[in-house]
Amino acid sequence: MPEIHTHEADEHDSAYAGLLVNDAHWAFGTDFEDPLAGVDTTVPEGIDAHELATYCLRLGDDALILSQRLSEWCSRAPDLEEDIALANVALDLLGQARLLLARAAAADPSLVPALPEGSPVPPEDALAFFRDDREFRNACLVELPNGDFAETVGRILVFATYRLSLFQRLTSHPDAVLRAVAAKGVKELTYHRDFAGRWFLTLARGSDESRRRLEAGLARTWAYRHELGEDDEAELVLEQVLATSGIAAPDVRPISTGGRHTEHLSRLLAEMQVVARQHPMGVW
Amino acid sequence: MSSAVAEPELAAQFDATVRRKDRIEPRDWMPDAYRKTVVRQVAQHAHSEIIGMQPEGQWIGRAPSLRRKAILLAKVQDEAGHGLYLYSATETLGVSRDELTEMLISGRQKYSSIFNYPALSYADVGTIGWLVDGAAICNQVPLCRTSFGPYGRAMIRICKEESFHQRQGFELLMTMMRGTDEQRAMVQESVNRFWWPALMMFGPPDDASPNTEQSMAWGIKTHTNDELRQRFVDMSVPQAKALGVTFPDPDLKWNEERQAHDFGQPDWDEFWDVVKGNGPCNAQRIAHRKQACDDGAWVREAAMAFAEKQKVATA
Repeated sequence: MPEIHTHEADEHDSAYAGLLVNDAHWAFGTDFEDPLAGVDTTVPEGIDAHELATYCLRLGDDALILSQRLSEWCSRAPDLEEDIALANVALDLLGQARLLLARAAAADPSLVPALPEGSPVPPEDALAFFRDDREFRNACLVELPNGDFAETVGRILVFATYRLSLFQRLTSHPDAVLRAVAAKGVKELTYHRDFAGRWFLTLARGSDESRRRLEAGLARTWAYRHELGEDDEAELVLEQVLATSGIAAPDVRPISTGGRHTEHLSRLLAEMQVVARQHPMGVW
Repeated sequence: MSSAVAEPELAAQFDATVRRKDRIEPRDWMPDAYRKTVVRQVAQHAHSEIIGMQPEGQWIGRAPSLRRKAILLAKVQDEAGHGLYLYSATETLGVSRDELTEMLISGRQKYSSIFNYPALSYADVGTIGWLVDGAAICNQVPLCRTSFGPYGRAMIRICKEESFHQRQGFELLMTMMRGTDEQRAMVQESVNRFWWPALMMFGPPDDASPNTEQSMAWGIKTHTNDELRQRFVDMSVPQAKALGVTFPDPDLKWNEERQAHDFGQPDWDEFWDVVKGNGPCNAQRIAHRKQACDDGAWVREAAMAFAEKQKVATA
């Protein structure tokens, strides 16, 4: 440990005192840590490991791609409070993605792309940064461009409502890891739905322009929501939010995606993966 | 409002409060010039936090690991939070966030010049944390004891988070230095670009800093630019050694007699040029902020309209 030269003790030293000390009191740890470190990841009897892994990958990809989209709002939101709130939602989803991708990799390591011998890239990052667009399993809803704030609010409302309903059911899933991820996610998604719901009402009742933008934005995302699965409970919640806001459900037919992604995903991944792919042997 | 106490007496009380190193609170009497100086300094600081979101923020989308993405997003989110506390501190003096944002966009108020330099590689995220946030901490820790109460209290919280930011930057660079040759080269290249601009963050040399003397007498500023710059250099040198990088200054060496490092002067012509608007990113940073502000105008209007309707409905 090199000696640190300091001036006479005064208030300056406090901010620097710990810089060369390796302590573990960091929000995200000082070294790379498997997000599932210390957790028993044995797949329970009677569950198909590959199926569980691909299911987790789908849920993880939804969270990862929407998080990537929402983080595009950073420094661009309508006001500082919304900038902070959208970053919170993005951070929560990123946290869910990390756990789910790590769960998928632990359940079925064959899903993780092969990297050069000796690469230090951990499985969650191999999955996030070294798969091509066609290997991503997310719904098209999350990869669409953000649009304006109203469109973003509509998308978060639809996504969080469906996912909350699903995560509530997953809290009794036979896999203990998925169960724990769902239990944590329920609290987060409740906040996301509440945030979007409040803004939905505000924009619906605010000005003519906000109402017009809300309706236009909702129509774009509404046509993709069927990809999130059939869920009467989620539909009921959405109906209530729309009714309270005095907004009619958009008269749009589900878009036929043919199980393929939109043109937007490849570009999103190009940005997300560029640095990681330049350094397959890099440590971050 | 009529006051029974005459102005000279109020001024004497104000001076005594500052001398005792007590806080001046928003409702206390204060000289107009003091009020103006506090608003200018706090606003400039708030703007720096908000503009400072941009150089690092544009790397969130390209962060090379999910853990780094989470760290960076949380960090840039903190900067928005700092801007929020600081704009609130100016509101205690009756100046609104909207007014100040307008002053920023129209160029009538400044922000820290460092953010007019581009962030060109992922190593810059680390260097900005280590050197830029490090220099900011040197400037800001003394401000926890600044005479204006709301500013001082905001600074206590901000400094805690900034020191955390600095450490994440240093930790990123430390990790990259343990990686590949390309990563190590990326770190050194980034440090080379940021070293001189970081030294400029302390402002011009004392003999060219017109506001320093009055600000120190008022307890708004507690150390001179050159004093802080020296501290920063002395603290950074052993950290660079620990990292395994060098600073691009041939004159940088330990002076046994002064028990401090001698170092070269930044290019002050470049400094003034960037301050005056000719840096690589000045126009881009303001255009980005203006775009966000313009794009969000209808949302803020809708929220106000909604609040009005709620008031009418519950009246």
